[in-house]
Amino acid sequence: MRYSLASLLRQACSGHRGWEPAWRDASPKSAYEVIIIGGGGHGLAAAYYLAKVHGLTDVAVLEKGCIGLGNAGRNTTIIRSNYLLAENNPFYELSMKLWEGLEQDLNYNAMVSQRGVLNLFHSDAQRDAFVRRGNAMRLHGVDAELLDARRVRRMLPILDFDGARFPIQGGLLQRRGGTARHDAVVWGYARAASGLGVDIVQQCEVTGLLREGTRITGVRTTRGEIRAGKVAVSVAGHSSRVAAMAGLRLPIESHVLQAFVSEAIKPVLPCVVTFGAGHFYVSQSDKGGLVFGGDLDGYNSYAQRGNLPTVEDVCSGGMALMPAIGRLRLLRSWGGIMDMSMDGSPIIDRTPLEGLYLNAGWCYGGFKATPAAGYCLAHLLAREESHELARAFRLDRFATGDLLDEKGQGPQPNLH
Amino acid sequence: MRIECPFCGERDHSEFAYLGDAGCARPAPGAADAQARFVEAVYLRENPAGAHRELWYHEFGCRSWVQVTRDTRTHEILEVRLAGASAAP
Repeated sequence: MRYSLASLLRQACSGHRGWEPAWRDASPKSAYEVIIIGGGGHGLAAAYYLAKVHGLTDVAVLEKGCIGLGNAGRNTTIIRSNYLLAENNPFYELSMKLWEGLEQDLNYNAMVSQRGVLNLFHSDAQRDAFVRRGNAMRLHGVDAELLDARRVRRMLPILDFDGARFPIQGGLLQRRGGTARHDAVVWGYARAASGLGVDIVQQCEVTGLLREGTRITGVRTTRGEIRAGKVAVSVAGHSSRVAAMAGLRLPIESHVLQAFVSEAIKPVLPCVVTFGAGHFYVSQSDKGGLVFGGDLDGYNSYAQRGNLPTVEDVCSGGMALMPAIGRLRLLRSWGGIMDMSMDGSPIIDRTPLEGLYLNAGWCYGGFKATPAAGYCLAHLLAREESHELARAFRLDRFATGDLLDEKGQGPQPNLH
Repeated sequence: MRIECPFCGERDHSEFAYLGDAGCARPAPGAADAQARFVEAVYLRENPAGAHRELWYHEFGCRSWVQVTRDTRTHEILEVRLAGASAAP
């Protein structure tokens, strides 16, 4: 069923009894051309682009629980393409362009809101770094604007301009950045992929890989063995565990990242704001709650929950930026498991085993990359070569020295 | 999360700095396959879901390195001992 004003009116007149499930909850067949492990945003997007761009519809997405209940539903929903490195920026800009056309393409309201992303700076050195980043973005055709403190103050009077320990000197604004409704992104891709013939199989945990010599020929799951010509792993947070089934060790550590939402208040933040003197980023949801996050807890974890020192640290970042929120109550906090790679950049590549492909290492950046990661993974699976914008995301770059360390932190995953 | 420091007793983990996997030994730089070994030691990790041996530095305490065995699924701390030469293998 196509969603439109006409379909809405038709359903309204018939008491909304005619809506169909948005996608098919499939049972697994015994074999597929392509299996994608992981029914998050990335896996579903890859399945969709495999079917739509490359005409491959004999595809299954296997999800151990329900789709979108992992990191796809645990992030702070920010989309942006304000990266510095020439290998990263055009990739994230592809993602931004796909976001801009996503709802028309999927015929699904993903609530993409280009309300802007503003990175604040608080020192001369930080301003110079942001000027450099803004220039790098503009050289790649991405929008970037440098605002002085006066213009920031006009946009965001709630921030502390007068008594702040780290006074706001200005900010780098990407107006095309913003937020999207993360659940709707998952459902939209699932519906569109399912409509093109992709099987979405839930409650189907992969417990092993079928192997003949150096070739992966399928997967062992809690719903039986399924053979496949190609198997793609798209399970950020748990990539090391699936890779271990193939005997591989990855340049990845799993870390917990917490996020928070406050009670709803009247509109105070027209855009996404990041605090430059600490690690704190915040936006306001359409319901009115402040959605924010900060640093990783900093130790290996698969627990999907963090500890209190990080809660205090994130909240003190928020208080330093806008003391006016001091009496707001936190409604919820939660944790997601990040695939922290050794250089802070992702991997979309083949593996040493034939027939096994990897989409991993997304660190903090997985949500914004959803459309482009799916697009480039589909390209790799269908064409047997990396998409030109994802060529640098190689698995062997750690051995060859071609690292993509956006922040220059070195091989310490909890610092990226 | 609290870590039982061998010198200072039970302390909040925010007193400690985290280094990561304790199993990454520095390879012999003169070995024939030194380059491959260094790539493994610097970049590749087991990253287990379960017991994980890791190094923490008691920065805001006695400033000693400790080797902690911790369950990454529950954050339960299973064992703490002093790291370095005096620690049993």
